[in-house]
Amino acid sequence: MSKDLLYLLIFQLLSCIICIFLKNENAKKGALILSIISFLFSFHMFFEIKNDGGTYYLTDFVWVQQLGIHFKTGMDGISFLLVQLTNFLVPLIIFSSFNREIKNSRAFYALIFLMQFALNGVFTALDGFLFYIFWELALIPIYFICWLWGGKDSVRITLKFFIYTLSGSLLMLVGLIYLYLQTPGEHTFDINAFYNLQLDSHQQTFIFWTFFLAFAIKMPIFPLHTWQPDTYTDAPTQGTMLLSGIMLKMGIYGVIRWLIPVVPGAMHEWLTLAIILSVIGIVYASCIALVQKDFKRMIAYSSIAHVGLISAGVFTLTIEGLQGAMYQMISHGVNVVGLFFIADILFDRMKTRQLDELGGIANSQRTFSILFMIILLGSVALPLTNGFIGEFLLLTGVYKYGAWTALFAGSTVILGAVYMLRSYKAIMLGDKNVSPEIFTPLANSEKTVLIIIAVVVIGTGVYAKPLLDIAEPSVKNILSHIH
Amino acid sequence: MNVLLTISGLGILSMLAEMLKFKKQLFILVLAGLIGALILSFIDWNTGFSYYHDMMLVDNYAIAFSGLLIVIAFLWFLMSRSYFTSETSAADHYALILFSLAGGIVMVSFADLTMFFIGLEILSVSLYVLAGSDKLNIKSNESALKYFMMGAFATGFLLFGIALIYGVCGTFNLREIAIYAGQNSENLPVIFYAGIILMLVGLLFKVSAVPFHFWAPDVYDGAPTVVTAYMATIVKTAAFAAFYRLFSTCFSSVADWWTPLIAIISAITMLLGNILAVYQTSLKRMLAYSSIAHAGYILMAVASLNQTSSGAILLYATAYSLASIGIFTVLHVVSSSTGDESISGLKGFSKSHPFASVLISILILSMAGIPPVAGFFAKYYIFYAALKSDLTWLVLIAVLSSLIGVYYYFRVIIAMYQPDGKENKNFSFEGINFLVLLLTGILSLAIGIAPGFLIGLL
Repeated sequence: MSKDLLYLLIFQLLSCIICIFLKNENAKKGALILSIISFLFSFHMFFEIKNDGGTYYLTDFVWVQQLGIHFKTGMDGISFLLVQLTNFLVPLIIFSSFNREIKNSRAFYALIFLMQFALNGVFTALDGFLFYIFWELALIPIYFICWLWGGKDSVRITLKFFIYTLSGSLLMLVGLIYLYLQTPGEHTFDINAFYNLQLDSHQQTFIFWTFFLAFAIKMPIFPLHTWQPDTYTDAPTQGTMLLSGIMLKMGIYGVIRWLIPVVPGAMHEWLTLAIILSVIGIVYASCIALVQKDFKRMIAYSSIAHVGLISAGVFTLTIEGLQGAMYQMISHGVNVVGLFFIADILFDRMKTRQLDELGGIANSQRTFSILFMIILLGSVALPLTNGFIGEFLLLTGVYKYGAWTALFAGSTVILGAVYMLRSYKAIMLGDKNVSPEIFTPLANSEKTVLIIIAVVVIGTGVYAKPLLDIAEPSVKNILSHIH
Repeated sequence: MNVLLTISGLGILSMLAEMLKFKKQLFILVLAGLIGALILSFIDWNTGFSYYHDMMLVDNYAIAFSGLLIVIAFLWFLMSRSYFTSETSAADHYALILFSLAGGIVMVSFADLTMFFIGLEILSVSLYVLAGSDKLNIKSNESALKYFMMGAFATGFLLFGIALIYGVCGTFNLREIAIYAGQNSENLPVIFYAGIILMLVGLLFKVSAVPFHFWAPDVYDGAPTVVTAYMATIVKTAAFAAFYRLFSTCFSSVADWWTPLIAIISAITMLLGNILAVYQTSLKRMLAYSSIAHAGYILMAVASLNQTSSGAILLYATAYSLASIGIFTVLHVVSSSTGDESISGLKGFSKSHPFASVLISILILSMAGIPPVAGFFAKYYIFYAALKSDLTWLVLIAVLSSLIGVYYYFRVIIAMYQPDGKENKNFSFEGINFLVLLLTGILSLAIGIAPGFLIGLL
């Protein structure tokens, strides 16, 4: 087996170190080049991976001999898609900062690369302990990014975020050690050993809750979402993009990889509760998004609603639900990064994100308004955009679980369209005349990012098959543990 | 055994230094002696000799902890360089520290209760003096007096406990007590249990566990910073090593009776230590309370009492001591030049000393138990030991108190990196102090990434 995945991880860690030694003036360009190399390197794996549900690029080193801890990584279809998403978004996120002033930028980009390294690790780790290390490691750089480059109140908000998520992770650690102690013979953290455990229903319930809380906080699922709107609003745009675009996928990925197959019994027992919480989250967050006046905060709440639908889909344990979740994770990642970037562009020009203070921008900014519209339509799941395929599959899955649930879950599409289109109207349309002096036309870097995102929105919306094909056998593998 | 002789010899040599006028060379001499002692200690690896009519047993447990004590002492001497140059009675300080280190070595390798007691006293008496070594400072005097009173009090309990145990078993030897208790575990007299309780009280005093922790904050706060660092690291490590050695050998046959007690004390200690630390504004007092909390974590390993426990204590003591030495170094430098011991005194530190700030952050993350630093792995290992003994509730409390810990540890990092902090050029942070920070930071990271070596020891 080729060791390309290991090289990719090493390269990302090296990128982080290289960035520290760059000069602040060159850090932007250097970071962009490094991240594009990362992306191209992981993209070439497209041609090597086959759609048979097998695990590719397996590497396995002994890390701590006495405790059976291994450095074991590998990719199947699910991991592969998320790794691609991460490595595709990071260059975009770095590129989106090109037109902005970022103080002490080498540290900023170094932290982004550390984050990228940890995220790739989370999505590929096949050893429980390693998974935990990467999971926690992802928290440290994002904490510093959100705090040091964040808004006025960032000390308090980010510390809350940190402790909130850490409490979940530590519970997960307890669960992992518990599982480890159940493995027969010489204990091991290997994921396959976890899959093969025969736990009784009490043990399964215990493990379910320790893991579920960690994942639910990360996503976040109602009522554990209270850290999210403040953190998203206060963080620097790049931090918000990392959080919403990639980091919340850690939670969903965790459920798919580490929860469903490990405790299938408890899944059946508790899925009703999980789905109800997710659906409450959808309706609740959509309603709050309706009344938000701050555009960035509105996207933050819409993100809770979208994630609620994804998690409801995952917990239905149907092939449609999981496939939809896989697909929607990607499209949500792309769309939300686009939306937050638009919010950043608006704030950069107008110095405000309040919907009632904006308006009339479309009169002078044709390109911007078209690109904004495309990304927004992706987010409200219009057919032929990427959001549609994901939400359609998810709702099919939820419908199989229960028609009423699907009805409530479906409200995300309707309400989403309401608040998204209304905000578009408030920001872009109207008689106000915004002169090009105030709203300077898009810089090339900004235009490039938005165009790439718009192309992906439509491209994957029209032709989704390759992505779904990659995920399908692996998703079936996961579900085979259930039945 | 050579280790004990080497270190005692070094102590005597230091006393002669003043008279024979080689005070200047003493520092190098002591450092070289400590390296020699470290090498000598590991020569005895896997031999398990016993000395002095079975009063000391140099098994791997003893060697591992002696090694740790010597390494920490080495780092400590590096950080306290200025303590020895600015004082008139420097040579005495060298001697006192080395003797107390010798006491620590005895405490980790005793095989007999009398030896245990002698070791403890050698360690403590030197420290009573050192706590008051800042003679003109009233807080230092208070600290010394308090430490002495409390220490003497604890010793009384301990001695009484030893006497009761002797009364039942008719021997001081650990192995023979263990055999006696094992054979008569059904019908041990009440005074045997009373003996255990009294010894437990004495030891809990020494490791500053709740409810016997009251002396710790004041003593730590009043003593000169370097002496506080010594107390928080070496004394604690030696006390825990002795604690576990005593209870795991002598009283393992009645473990069902005392482990729940320690588990409860551990839970209260962790929670209370961490909660009280939150309210401190002085960095030194915060570290004092955090050291109480850390004692709670280590007690978890004692309460688990399985094959993992000794390794967990070693790993935790290592991680904690390394981080403490590093942070105390910073406190020492900052407070001796600005007189400010508060957390906000570190404001602007990241602007004037960017690299040092990164190292301090690593040490703080280690104390808070965030991967991939040593403190995380140590905490993981303790959790693992506890879950192995089915102490799930205790682990959940430990999780909770770790979260509280993060809250106040991060205040240090926040203070250093706060954007509104002005550059602070009042103190220079270079040379030997920086070296200590670098060593502790690198070691903490290395142990966190490759803990296999330390785990393999015990």
